[in-house]
Amino acid sequence: MSTLLGYVLPGIPYGCDFALMAVGLVITFRTTGVFNLAFGAQAFGAAFVFDLLVRSEGLPVWAAFVLSVLLLSPAVGLVLDRFLFSRIATTNMTAKIVSSVGLLIAIPQLLPILFGGSPRENPPSLWLDQAHVEFRLFGTAVNGSEVSTTVITLGAVAALLLFLRLSPAGLEMRAVVESRRLAQLQGIDSGKVAASAWALSSVMAGLAGVLLLPLSNVLNPTNPLQFTGLLVAGLTAAALARMRSIGVAFGAAIGLGVAQEVLELYFPNGALHTASVNAFPFIVLVGTLVGSKSLRSLGFRADPMAGVDPPPPPPSVSIRDPRLDVPMKWGFRALIVAFVVSGLTWVPGYWVTPLDAGLVYSTIFLSVTLITGASGQLSLCQASFAGVGAFAAGQLAAHFGLPVLLGAVVGGLMAAVLGAVLALLAARISGLILTLLTLAFALMADTFLFQYSWSGGSGTGVSVPRPVMGSIDFTSNRAFLVLALVVLLLCILLVALVQRGTTGRFLAAMRGSEPGAASLGINLLRARVTVFAMSAGIAGVGGAMFGSLYSPVSADSFVYEISLAFVVVVITTGSRRIEGAVQAGMSFAIIQFLFTYAPSRFQGLTPILFAFGALNYAQHPEGMVEYQKSRWMMRVSRLLARVDGRRGTAPTALAAGAAGNGMAGGVVGGSAPNGAPGLAGSPVGLSSGVVSPRG
Amino acid sequence: MNASYSTYRALFDVSFSVPAGTIVALLGANGAGKSTVARVATGLVAATSGKVLVGGRDVTRTAAHRIARMGVFHVPEGRGVFADLDVEENLRLALRRRVGARHLAEAMERAYTTFPVLAARRHQQAGTLSGGEQRILSLAGVLEAAPKLVIADELSLGLAPVIVDGVYEGLKAIHARGAALLVVEQQVDRALSLATHAVLLARGAVHWQGPPQQARAEMEELLAAGYAPPV
Repeated sequence: MSTLLGYVLPGIPYGCDFALMAVGLVITFRTTGVFNLAFGAQAFGAAFVFDLLVRSEGLPVWAAFVLSVLLLSPAVGLVLDRFLFSRIATTNMTAKIVSSVGLLIAIPQLLPILFGGSPRENPPSLWLDQAHVEFRLFGTAVNGSEVSTTVITLGAVAALLLFLRLSPAGLEMRAVVESRRLAQLQGIDSGKVAASAWALSSVMAGLAGVLLLPLSNVLNPTNPLQFTGLLVAGLTAAALARMRSIGVAFGAAIGLGVAQEVLELYFPNGALHTASVNAFPFIVLVGTLVGSKSLRSLGFRADPMAGVDPPPPPPSVSIRDPRLDVPMKWGFRALIVAFVVSGLTWVPGYWVTPLDAGLVYSTIFLSVTLITGASGQLSLCQASFAGVGAFAAGQLAAHFGLPVLLGAVVGGLMAAVLGAVLALLAARISGLILTLLTLAFALMADTFLFQYSWSGGSGTGVSVPRPVMGSIDFTSNRAFLVLALVVLLLCILLVALVQRGTTGRFLAAMRGSEPGAASLGINLLRARVTVFAMSAGIAGVGGAMFGSLYSPVSADSFVYEISLAFVVVVITTGSRRIEGAVQAGMSFAIIQFLFTYAPSRFQGLTPILFAFGALNYAQHPEGMVEYQKSRWMMRVSRLLARVDGRRGTAPTALAAGAAGNGMAGGVVGGSAPNGAPGLAGSPVGLSSGVVSPRG
Repeated sequence: MNASYSTYRALFDVSFSVPAGTIVALLGANGAGKSTVARVATGLVAATSGKVLVGGRDVTRTAAHRIARMGVFHVPEGRGVFADLDVEENLRLALRRRVGARHLAEAMERAYTTFPVLAARRHQQAGTLSGGEQRILSLAGVLEAAPKLVIADELSLGLAPVIVDGVYEGLKAIHARGAALLVVEQQVDRALSLATHAVLLARGAVHWQGPPQQARAEMEELLAAGYAPPV
């Protein structure tokens, strides 16, 4: 009994650490409407500043606490609100997730740039010392940091609970989350309320970070992964609390902490230990995400005032003058030929590898185009699928002597099966919860799926040889370029066929409205399983190519952050169209290569660059490149229209419409006082392709 | 005033006034711009040009919550309550800033007495109320707050005629306490039976305005001219 208690008691402060995370996630979600995946990263940042102030600046602990948690953290929250979250419409769940993913990538990368990359040992504790044993309970020593964590967490949770339930400000925050505009009609300054909610959430993050400090013996700015375990537990407890109840989140987190300690007791080591202790939170998490009914209806509530927001922008092709179609098609073909010829001849050898990488990344990114662009679902585990492909190809080659290309196909199929299983699990969930499920899968792959010698090759990694087909040898980087291009083109063909075919139409309907699509007789489950399996398969093939390019590869190449980076990069350039994936792949590889010339401290700038792109998602959901392209297309169309005018030939209806519909002046100026644009009155509204994009 | 939604222009030189103590019916077909007029008047959509005056004060560039605090209430089309909050919390939210924290409890009790249906559902989530009950909840918050002007957008939309009667009783009660009303409505007869003045919108512009007795004839004429018919 006392042995059991010896594990249960330390489980409580351990659970308190989880609780800080879980309660933080829940309160952020309830007061801001954002499921802030970057909460842990924010906590890490605040902890880092706290540590810096205490040790480098020699400030007393309380002063450092006031500065980092009570002043700096809310300031960060206000900045986030002002420049990011206040610009996102209440109902736009995708934009909210993408923004928080962008933050999750940007914040940890910013820290080494700001503070240098050297790790710090034995970080200070806020209140009571970790090394000091405060008292013994049933023979178990309870140290200072355990006491302080438990007491402060209890206090913070109680305070938040009262605030949210009883204070007018808490009530206003909950109202603003549901609809900013409706709250304004009640005389509530929605902007101010939302800003203070972000400040509150950031203070919570700061407090969590500082309290969690004693947990980690080393504070390494380049490796914030220490918070991954917390993220899983926090996610689980928040999901158990249905993202609503702070009390339940707290209780669930304590329960998880205790359960994990008790599992340690019964499975101290060996394979069962890994399987049970590591897998336990995931089983609970996946079970909750898949099984909970109240989570399923989460976010279904539409903002009643959504009609006030402007409609989304049209894709750039619909603005393109039809006369440009043929030259652009041939230009594209010429570009491919020029690329292959240059890659095989004059491009210097050290530049060939980034070009190889660009093609391989493009292939993997196509999987994102398929799943996010076509079906509108945000998957955060594409790198894990790529890992499955890479490891399968490598292991099959090593153990069964299977040719690598065949291994890549088998790996792709394995990933596709996994993707289909994931889609079947997610049969009845969508939106945020589906995204969290994919994140859970990615974290699961990191924590234990890729940690075995038969999968990720534990430690040494898996070597994936370069393919050799009879007399054709793809070992050299230049030869590999051709192979990578062929694989990419095959995948492009596949994605293009899907997008143009029936499945693509089904997916477009689903992206518009799932109930609407179902009412048309579309089998949502089949469409979703298809798109998940195909996307995972493409990622798997791309992963095998990646492995072959950079062999040997280990689990580190496919951690969940890589998945996040993939999604962010593709969304930044444009996830709706195939070119977007290729542009994303090439620019990602080339920018990454260019940054190898920069000092090592600035290596993180590539992801940051794209993360800032993702933060623009709210304004330009079509992607930055797509947005710029639309602007250029509009300019060209206007130029063409002007040339037509000078020649005296009447511009085609399309060209005139294209020139007008991007500019308010075009439509407004061209309409008679009682013409109703968008209805039958004006010829510009419907006929110009604003509503019916081509291709 | 003029207004547009990004590139789509919605209103063309719309101009009319709602004098204190009157009821103005704003009529028109689908897409005529009725809701946009309501949104511009309460600051939800910014006017591209023109002016919105409340009691002689220019509020064209004033934030929506400030206009609301001046006593101009907008009961929006469709659901106008917070579905995630319960009835009591909705009332508290609507009334606290308008009557002040000290008078909050009395105002809420009065609202419950006037609308007993709400008292019975005090702790029920507003999203689970029926459409009519939700409309009544919005009106209850407005009634107790002593408004100057109430803009009611499509109160009858999606409701059974019997329920609409109840909702309109609420509207009359608000008028009886001295508020001016701007009633945006597709159910022409209902709005006209109440109104002292009528404004007819067509394709984003004022087509006609005048006494409600003549409004019917004007609408028939508009119909004959080939405009989309009102429901």
